[in-house]
Amino acid sequence: MGIISRGFGGRRRESVPGLPPGQYLTHDFPVLSAGPTPRIPLDRWRFTVTTETGEKTSWDWKEFQALPAEDVTVDIHCVTKWSKLGTTWRGVSIETLLENVDTVAEYSMVHSFGGYTTNVPLEDLLDGKAWIAYQFDGEDLHPEHGGPARLLIPHLYFWKSAKWVNGLQLMPEDEPGFWEAAGYHMYGDPWREQRYQGD
Amino acid sequence: MARTAVSGRLTWRAATLAEARWESPTARTLVLDVPDWPGHLPGQHIDVRLTAEDGYRAQRSYSIASAWQPGGKVELTIQRLDDGEVSPYLTDVIEVGEQLELRGPVGGWFVWRPQQTAPVLLVAGGSGLVPLMAMVRARAVAGTRQPFRLIYSVRTPEDLLYGDELRRRVREDQGLDVHHVYTRKTPDGWPSPAKRIDVAALNTYGWPPDFGPDCYVCGPTTFVETAADILVALGHDPRRIRTERFGGTS
Amino acid sequence: MTSTPLDGSSTAGGGLPLDGNAMAGDLREIFAVDVTAARYVCAGCTHTDAVGTLMVWPHSPGLVARCPHCSDVVIRVVRAPGRVFLDLRGSVRLEVPLEGG
Ligand SMILES: Cc1cc2nc3c(=O)[nH]c(=O)nc-3n(C[C@H](O)[C@H](O)[C@H](O)COP(=O)(O)OP(=O)(O)OC[C@H]3O[C@@H](n4cnc5c(N)ncnc54)[C@H](O)[C@@H]3O)c2cc1C
Ligand SMILES: [Zn+2]
Repeated sequence: MGIISRGFGGRRRESVPGLPPGQYLTHDFPVLSAGPTPRIPLDRWRFTVTTETGEKTSWDWKEFQALPAEDVTVDIHCVTKWSKLGTTWRGVSIETLLENVDTVAEYSMVHSFGGYTTNVPLEDLLDGKAWIAYQFDGEDLHPEHGGPARLLIPHLYFWKSAKWVNGLQLMPEDEPGFWEAAGYHMYGDPWREQRYQGD
Repeated sequence: MARTAVSGRLTWRAATLAEARWESPTARTLVLDVPDWPGHLPGQHIDVRLTAEDGYRAQRSYSIASAWQPGGKVELTIQRLDDGEVSPYLTDVIEVGEQLELRGPVGGWFVWRPQQTAPVLLVAGGSGLVPLMAMVRARAVAGTRQPFRLIYSVRTPEDLLYGDELRRRVREDQGLDVHHVYTRKTPDGWPSPAKRIDVAALNTYGWPPDFGPDCYVCGPTTFVETAADILVALGHDPRRIRTERFGGTS
Repeated sequence: MTSTPLDGSSTAGGGLPLDGNAMAGDLREIFAVDVTAARYVCAGCTHTDAVGTLMVWPHSPGLVARCPHCSDVVIRVVRAPGRVFLDLRGSVRLEVPLEGG
């Protein structure tokens, strides 16, 4: 059934050329949350990389802040169809974190405070394609947007950019995370419109 | 054979706006004509779906305000949120004679049935009054005598919904009491300053827990959580407290 | 509520949770009976109550319903064009009342 509501505009949005298929441009930063927003005191924050053999490398907040950081400007694409262009972030590249980590794993699971998980092939995290970001728009990342720190992996749909991250687990085989297990695409490339399983 | 299963499921249907009236400067009641409406229970809601000219869609839930009577219409009351996406369209744009898509009635949990014999406590915050008003109206339609108490929190006297009707019902519907809580501005001569709903209000104007009342709490999420916490702290059985959170930020 | 982005439908704002009751419409599009009146048993903590009492976060790529007792995820609903994914691994069991039963 198709009833068009004359005079219903909906939230401000623009279809502009150059966006991935099916996306609208937004100037807001909508907050999507699947649960209560965890408030993580910095003295309890820790990020741990676990290899396929169980070897762990971890950083507390201070150590993490001491790592070389990068400023990046990227476009982000949410599977709920909004895209936001030219967002600016500061964070540590995953490559930096994995520098001294010995692994032959091809996949990874990103873990968050609050229990959220998402899977990403390891090669998608390397070569300057992904960061653990702790600033947005020049300011400390707000808890609503994933602070103290979130994954930023702009070339995949934004659900992959897990908020409130606390760990990266390297895995020999791919496994679904929170949304992937519930029907979303295992990889999630916005340019190929890989929203749902089977897309 | 799949047909029976399929026909038991709900789909979107067209409703026509038959009539509309303002309940307050910012809230409007929509009277909808829905062909083959199956009837509903007080407390149930419908989902509304709007489609813009470019195919963009938005979906929201609205409680049913009217009590069901055969041949009756479906009434919604929408509170406008100025920066909202859907509510300003429903309060200020859609005109009588136009159509919208809806799905319902739905929800078998936050409902009151006239067969329930316990006293009832209704706690409303703002537009959270809507499904509770359906319960007040359904009680009158059923002609039953369970004692009802309504505690209704609004910002200012101008925001009151169904003001005249509630005043009339307090006079005419035996066993219905209404108490108002004003959070920003009180009417002239009101005995207490504006304040949020608190232990005193729920203790004084609600039912004692040993009466075993069925409690219904509805409104913005933060309001519902505050009121429900107070009821539990006062000793009400959590299993007899049903909540309907409308979401929102305030 | 609002619901999951079907065809990009926008969801309601506010970021605050709703009650399980708010999933009624989306679940009635899948089931012939009202599932919000059904009882769930939480896989995390064995708490049991009506689905209508779950805490629902609608502002995400799907509907996430959590146990009010332990906050574990009990139900996830993801809408895709032409299909629905329903993930119930967080509930050990659903007990659905039948009309006239
Ligand atoms: C079961 C149920 C029954 C309901 N019954 C009624 C009823 O009878 N009457 C009634 O008036 N309402 C009712 N509601 C509320 C209704 O569904 C809508 O939420 C309400 O009309 C607001 O919709 P909107 O599109 O106008 O606002 P929205 O555009 O959804 O915005 C709502 C507010 O949240 C803010 N916001 C938007 N998006 C975000 C975000 N991502 N993060 C943070 N903040 C954000 C906005 O700035 C705005 O202030 C009911 C809700 C439920 C769940
Ligand atoms: Zn639980």
